[in-house]
Amino acid sequence: MREKEMREQAPGGAAGPGRDDASQPPYLYPDYVATRLRAPKRPLIILPSTLSDTTGPAYGRAPVGELDNDLTRQHEGEPLGERIIVTGRVTDGDGRPVRGSLIEIWQANAAGRYTHHLDRHPAPLDPNFSGAGRCLTDDEGRYRFVTVKPGAYPWKNHPNAWRPAHIHLSLFGEAFRSRLITQMYFPGDPLFSQDPIFNSVPGTEARERLISSFDLETTEPEWALAYRFDIVLEGRDATPVENR
Amino acid sequence: MGPKTTPSQTIGPFFHDALLDEDRSELVAPDHPAAIRIEGTVYDGAGDPVPDAMVEIWQADPAGLYDHEDFSGFGRSGTVEGGSFSFVTVKPGPVAGPDGWTQAPHIMVSVFARGLLKRLVTRIYFPDEGDANANDPVLSSIEDPGLRGTLIARDEGNALRFDIRLQGEHQTAFFEL
Repeated sequence: MREKEMREQAPGGAAGPGRDDASQPPYLYPDYVATRLRAPKRPLIILPSTLSDTTGPAYGRAPVGELDNDLTRQHEGEPLGERIIVTGRVTDGDGRPVRGSLIEIWQANAAGRYTHHLDRHPAPLDPNFSGAGRCLTDDEGRYRFVTVKPGAYPWKNHPNAWRPAHIHLSLFGEAFRSRLITQMYFPGDPLFSQDPIFNSVPGTEARERLISSFDLETTEPEWALAYRFDIVLEGRDATPVENR
Repeated sequence: MGPKTTPSQTIGPFFHDALLDEDRSELVAPDHPAAIRIEGTVYDGAGDPVPDAMVEIWQADPAGLYDHEDFSGFGRSGTVEGGSFSFVTVKPGPVAGPDGWTQAPHIMVSVFARGLLKRLVTRIYFPDEGDANANDPVLSSIEDPGLRGTLIARDEGNALRFDIRLQGEHQTAFFEL
C-alpha cells in the first residue's frame, strides 16, 4: 500500500469524483454562496478502488409503479403548463447501457414553485402537480418521463438571482462510484449567464452537456413536445491512479 | 477513454418529496437481534448544523458480502432541524481490500446538500475494531491521527455517533473515488 495518497485540489478545487475531473464542478465556487461554508477545505484522500465502491445497491428490484414516470397523472386533474416528454439514454464511461437502474426526478411546477414547505416563492402551487417521479432504465439504458416544463424561480444567492428552468435527476448506475445527482436544463435559456450553479461546471463544452436538446422526433403530435437528455455515469471499474 | 461523464449539480433544498418519500433509514428492523443504531449531525464551516442534507450509506452484511440475500446494504436519511440523521443497521464484516489487504468493517457514506455541487464521500469505521482499524489500508494511509479519527464512530452506549463536519479545523476526512 502506498504510504500516503493525498492529492492537492487544483486551484478552485477542480479535483473530484469522476474519471474526467475536468467535467465536474469544484466544491468551492464562491459565486454560489452556499458553497462557502459547506465546501471542504482539506485535500481529498484518494480511495483505492475495492468492492466497497465497485458494488452498489441493486435498485432494479425496487418497486416502481407503472405511472411513476408520468408526473401529469398523479392527481385527479391535469397540471397546468406545457406538457413535455423527457427521454434519454444512460450509459457508462465505456458507452455500455446502464440497465434496470433507478432514476428519481423532482422539479418546480410550470409557475416555478415547488410543493416543498420551504419554497416561499409567491407563485401558485398546482393542486394537480407534485413534481416528483421515478423510473427504471430499460435494457438499452433508456428512460422516459412525462411532465410539464418547469418554470424559472427566484432565489436569494445574489440580487435578482433566478434559477434557469431545470429538472433534478438522481441516478445510481451500477456501483457506489457511479452515483450521480445532477440537473437538466432547457436549450436557449436566457438565465444561464447569471446562474452560478450552472456556471460552476468548468468549460462551455461540459456545461452544454447539462442542456437537453429539443427532440422533434419524440414529440407527440397534438399532445406534447419532447426533450432529450443523455447521461453518462462513471463505470463500475475505476480508472487506475497512474492514468490520471 | 469513453464519453465524458455528466457533470454533477447540487441536490438543492427541495428533494424531500422525491427522495425521502419513504423511510429508508432502517436497513433492519430495530428489534433485529444484531441491530445497531448510528446517529450523527452534519455541521458546516461555521459549526452550524446543516438541516437540509441527505446522507446515504452502502455497506456489506455481517459476513462481509455486498448485496447479499435479504440485506440490501443501502440506506438513506435526510437531516432534520438540528442537522441530525440516523440509521438502524447491522455491523458489516471485514471486506477484501486492494493488493491482498483486508479492510476493517466500514460503511461507505455519501453526503448531498444544498451548497455541495457534488457529493462528499466518507467512511464510518467502528470503535471496537482497534486491530483491524490499525491494519486497514485506507485508515493507515492517513498520517494525521486527528483526520484519521474523524472516520471512527464513537460509542455512546445506545448508539454509535458519527458526526460529519464539512469544513473547518475538525473537518471530516473525505475521499476521492
